[in-house]
Amino acid sequence: MAMPEVLVVRTGTANMASVLAGLRRAGAAPRVSVDPAEVENALSLVLPGVGAFAAAMKQLEDDHLTEPLRRRVDAGRATLSICLGLQVLADASEENPGVRGLGVIRQTVRRFPDTVRVPQLGWNLVHPDANCRLLEEGHAYFANSYRLVEPPRGWYSAMSDHGGPFVAAIEHGAVLACQFHPELSGEWGLALLKRWLIASTEEPC
Amino acid sequence: MLTHRIIPCLDVRDGLVVKGVRFQELREMGSPAEFAWAYEQQGADELVLLDVSATPEGRKTKLDTVRRVRERISIPLTVGGGVGDWTDARALLEAGADKVAVNTAAVAKPELIAEISSRFGVQCTVLAVDAKQTAPGQWQVVVRSGATDTGIDVLDWVRDACRNGAGEILLTSWDRDGTRSGYDLALVSAVARAVGVPVIASGGADTPQQLLDALQAGADAVLAASIFHEGNYTVAELKKFLAAHLVEVRR
Repeated sequence: MAMPEVLVVRTGTANMASVLAGLRRAGAAPRVSVDPAEVENALSLVLPGVGAFAAAMKQLEDDHLTEPLRRRVDAGRATLSICLGLQVLADASEENPGVRGLGVIRQTVRRFPDTVRVPQLGWNLVHPDANCRLLEEGHAYFANSYRLVEPPRGWYSAMSDHGGPFVAAIEHGAVLACQFHPELSGEWGLALLKRWLIASTEEPC
Repeated sequence: MLTHRIIPCLDVRDGLVVKGVRFQELREMGSPAEFAWAYEQQGADELVLLDVSATPEGRKTKLDTVRRVRERISIPLTVGGGVGDWTDARALLEAGADKVAVNTAAVAKPELIAEISSRFGVQCTVLAVDAKQTAPGQWQVVVRSGATDTGIDVLDWVRDACRNGAGEILLTSWDRDGTRSGYDLALVSAVARAVGVPVIASGGADTPQQLLDALQAGADAVLAASIFHEGNYTVAELKKFLAAHLVEVRR
């Protein structure tokens, strides 16, 4: 079988080398782009991201990618959002009040409480709900100071705990958004990338 | 719940791991990428690669080394050594580092921490501190090459660094490094109480009990080099020991 091409959005501040290496290990042929039409219509798309919410949103706006991203997620096209890539799907973030996110998830991203180490750096146990098709239980690697607290409506969710429950990942068909880094989560993360790739090449129903 | 991390450290000079000469099997494999891969297989949670090249030629091989390690491993990689400005950090991140550690240059230029974290994020900015005890409960920042005292108090330094955007402290005891006498637990405890970011204990590890002691003193993660390179313990064996003492680890 030919290696499926996966388009990776160049966000300017992602750990791109690790994302590309992880996708190649999972059997994909990644290609980097910021072309709005490609981003909207690619069969499979990865939206990576590290850094700050406002900087990431500004980059997406400057590259005219906010509408294409919103439309492809609404249409259910195979999309993997990683870390800050998940957070920008929300309405807003406490990190940069007043900056609007993509608004796919009607929530504000909030900072972890001061009772725990912030940023959260390390491996935490992920508990998927019974309906998840892609997400499985296991340890995932996180590197974040902000997170969604409530499982969003219309998605299946996996939760973790760091100073209270938070959203580790959400999925809807072949749209998968992870607060953790699957590309840095060892064999468990690799297996998840492979499941997403398989789901992303299935015909949408 | 967030687990405690075990982090093997690779000291690399001119593209080769310089510690671990007694780890025969790996020495024959040769490269940092092979060490890195072996540690991931053992269950390492993360790797730190410190480049100690002294020559410009050696420093050029650093990015190649990072690329090769990144291709081989699927766990996080922190790279330090010779990071003098944010473009050095960018080059390392583009080559495959997930976090960048700053040390000496940040002492001379404290704004380096903010330069890096404002561009690449707090979670990607690691402050490496070499601490030397000057009195009971007091430590000074020393600059590794030449062990120069800077006159800077370690607790003041880490607090300032966190305000400037450091997201993790890699804390090495200058007094204990290489002595095998265990981590400086008072230092670990003092720094862990001084900051809200994760603290990695480093310097002096030789036994599983010493790793446990550092975690119980407040470290979020423990870093070691020779304990692994010499094959005394695998990461898996250390995790088994820690789990038996009710420390949460990834198995």
